[in-house]
Amino acid sequence: MDSIKVFMLGWEFPPFISGGLGTACYGLTKAMDQLGIQVTFVLPRMVESTYATHVKLLTPESQMPMSTLKLSELQNVVFRTINSPLQPYLTPDSYQHRIEESLRQKRSGNVSSTSQCSGQLDYNSDMFNEVHRYASAAVGLAGNEQYDIVHAHDWMTYPAGIAVSAMSEKPLIVHVHSTEFDRSGENVNQMIYDIEREGMERADKVIAVSHFTRNIIISRYGISGEKVEVVYNGVERNGSDNCALPETGIDKDEKIVLFLGRITMQKGPEYFLQAARKVLDAMDNVKFVMAGSGDLIHQAVEMAAELGIGHKVLFTGFLRGEDVRKIYKMADVYVMPSVSEPFGIAPLEALDNDVPVIISKQSGVSEVLMHALKVDFWDVNEIANKIVAVLRYPPLEMMLRNQGNFEVRKLRWKDSAQRCAKIYEETLKQFEKCIS
Amino acid sequence: MASICFYFQVHQPLRLRHYTVFDKNDHYFDDYKNASICRKVANKCYLPANRLLLDIIRKFEGRFRIAYSITGVLLEQLHSFSPEVISTFDALVETGCVEFLAETYYHSLSSLYSRDEFIEQVNKHTETIEYLFGQKPRVFRNTELIYNNDLAVLVESMGNFDAIITEGASHILGSRSPNFVYRPKYCEKLKLLLKNYSLSDDIAFRFSNRDWPEWPLTAEKFARWISDVNGNGNVVNLFMDYETFGEHQWEDTGIFDFMRHLPEQILKHPDNDFKTPSEIVQAYEPVDTIDVPHLISWADTERDLSAWLGNAMQSNAIHELYRLEEKIKNTSDDKIIADWRKLQVSDHFYYMCTKYFADGDVHKYFNPYDSPYDSYINFMNVLSNLQSRCSGQALLDQNSIANKALMGKNFLTEQKTEDVCCPPVGGS
Repeated sequence: MDSIKVFMLGWEFPPFISGGLGTACYGLTKAMDQLGIQVTFVLPRMVESTYATHVKLLTPESQMPMSTLKLSELQNVVFRTINSPLQPYLTPDSYQHRIEESLRQKRSGNVSSTSQCSGQLDYNSDMFNEVHRYASAAVGLAGNEQYDIVHAHDWMTYPAGIAVSAMSEKPLIVHVHSTEFDRSGENVNQMIYDIEREGMERADKVIAVSHFTRNIIISRYGISGEKVEVVYNGVERNGSDNCALPETGIDKDEKIVLFLGRITMQKGPEYFLQAARKVLDAMDNVKFVMAGSGDLIHQAVEMAAELGIGHKVLFTGFLRGEDVRKIYKMADVYVMPSVSEPFGIAPLEALDNDVPVIISKQSGVSEVLMHALKVDFWDVNEIANKIVAVLRYPPLEMMLRNQGNFEVRKLRWKDSAQRCAKIYEETLKQFEKCIS
Repeated sequence: MASICFYFQVHQPLRLRHYTVFDKNDHYFDDYKNASICRKVANKCYLPANRLLLDIIRKFEGRFRIAYSITGVLLEQLHSFSPEVISTFDALVETGCVEFLAETYYHSLSSLYSRDEFIEQVNKHTETIEYLFGQKPRVFRNTELIYNNDLAVLVESMGNFDAIITEGASHILGSRSPNFVYRPKYCEKLKLLLKNYSLSDDIAFRFSNRDWPEWPLTAEKFARWISDVNGNGNVVNLFMDYETFGEHQWEDTGIFDFMRHLPEQILKHPDNDFKTPSEIVQAYEPVDTIDVPHLISWADTERDLSAWLGNAMQSNAIHELYRLEEKIKNTSDDKIIADWRKLQVSDHFYYMCTKYFADGDVHKYFNPYDSPYDSYINFMNVLSNLQSRCSGQALLDQNSIANKALMGKNFLTEQKTEDVCCPPVGGS
């Protein structure tokens, strides 16, 4: 078979990321590119080339409604962006801020809807408008493209995927990086759920990022298990090993326990703080760092104060780039107490930066990591027990770090891309059989 | 002449309960889990296997003979949870066709870390076996068949033993065969019996493996392999876990039927017979000296100690444990000493093994923990509680420490409240 051509529908891509989705799309397409798979990657918004990043972007024709650009390191990937008609942002900064803000809200779903009901409604209607505008623009784009298969990432792109697939009579693959149940617990947004469900039903194949997510897709969305494949995420190695970082001025007599992620219900910040309280009962020379922002940040600050550990918990806000590396450099252990984590790339990055990890069993990443400590997110006693153990027993810390770092090297995007390629082939074979 | 020597290792670990850094209680063991596993294994293995072997022994009127090594930690559990198993062992002893071997009471790795502790545990085990079954063991097997020249010299110097058992590992034998009696290097009287691992593992590991070309293994086929040894050796040492019957190999694999028919098939050949280890020692003289400078065991393909001491957590845990020896013994608190000894059971360290962790193999099947890391954390939390109990003790004066130096001798009687299997104070 000739190299497969994929029409890929994404929502975010570096540098415009607010979480795992953009990172995953980048890692996957980069690896597909290396396998020689032709990818046309559609993004809802114009990508600004001025934004500083390690990825070099070619300048897009920003005057044109549809712009094409190519990341210089990706040979076989063409980017198509759909300029936002909603509003031109004045500066890259505010542009960035808006996207991040809206993505954050979107991802945290309507957890906050009880408190900000009216704002949420407005936002939602905007969001759905965006999704449908994206779908119609994508159909327009797709008319000029050659491709064998349509691959859509997460619910925002499912309507586009369904439309493009129907128009072109090409098979549809939806890739589930997270579900409404992960983001919102039991308080699901019915409209989002419906879009997700329709996407999964209409798809020829559903790719889940873990068995954890596959189970949700089967049990909560009623999708037949035969249709749902698991493709684990990989991790991008940054080669951060030998970089000299400036002195941080943190007293290394103090141990650092790190939470890094969005401070939202899904990530379980309250379990981190409750565990911190317990750890401090057992040992004193520890500090807890919460790096990230999110709709629960104020509650988290208040909670730390209520628990009487305000002086032991530091909130850094949202970190990126060098700052993330610095914080990893300082950390003695990374904790991810997520309530429901479809995959969870962050612990892999922690291990990549030589930080041992404690991860919740309610996560996809716990399926692929053996050399990590695993806990139920609600079991704060056990989280605290394991934090103390890592801080107190050096051989444990050393083995988790070394073995974990070694293990992470085996999780390569190349393998994920190969799995996808295999799924493409099988889907196309089945699809042709159905047609003929 | 080929003498078949069956020796079965009978052991169950003492599993720790979930113990966090916040626990302060000095009860470390998971009584419920230990009891239910003990009863389960008793019903699936010990009781039916004892019944079967008793039948065979009676049927052959003395021509079928076997040996057991039962650990003290299992005897204690059987006494509490399945006392009927002990009476079936008793019935086996009554036949006169069964020999008991000596080992460390706590199935420990003490031979590697503390000579004093090792000798105390071997003596405690010997006395327990003598008390329960009226036999004084004459053949020694070390935990997991761990062995080297130094151990043989130590065991010979203890004076109680005629022979020692270990693995017939290819790298210590070279071109020699395990089917002879040997002499350990630097020993004058002690004899060395070597496990025929190929034939032993055919039963213990490969019996139910359908990918094995020899599957299914019949008693007839196996007896033929045994008879092939005639002319090339004196003994075939078939050493294996007793749990092979009904637990490692489930009943529906046909393992019990295999065993039921095996003696008959083997005895069909007039040159074959069954002997216990002590009878082997009496019947055959050593043909050569075996030099084992480095430690070996019967575990995994490496036949080394890496299953217990292969990573940093394992060696850290065991070093910390034995580092406490003096402190523990100085407390002269029976409960503390018993707890410390129960932490020496080798399985605690086996659970921390990361060697085949990713493959999820045999190590996992017998592991009560989700991961080696959890097992290490649990063990270290228990150990640090035990340590805190020692420092809580008032310092003993020199006089009472000196008295306690004699403790090794009286250890059994001092343990009476803990060890239900041991002789009562003062005897009857």
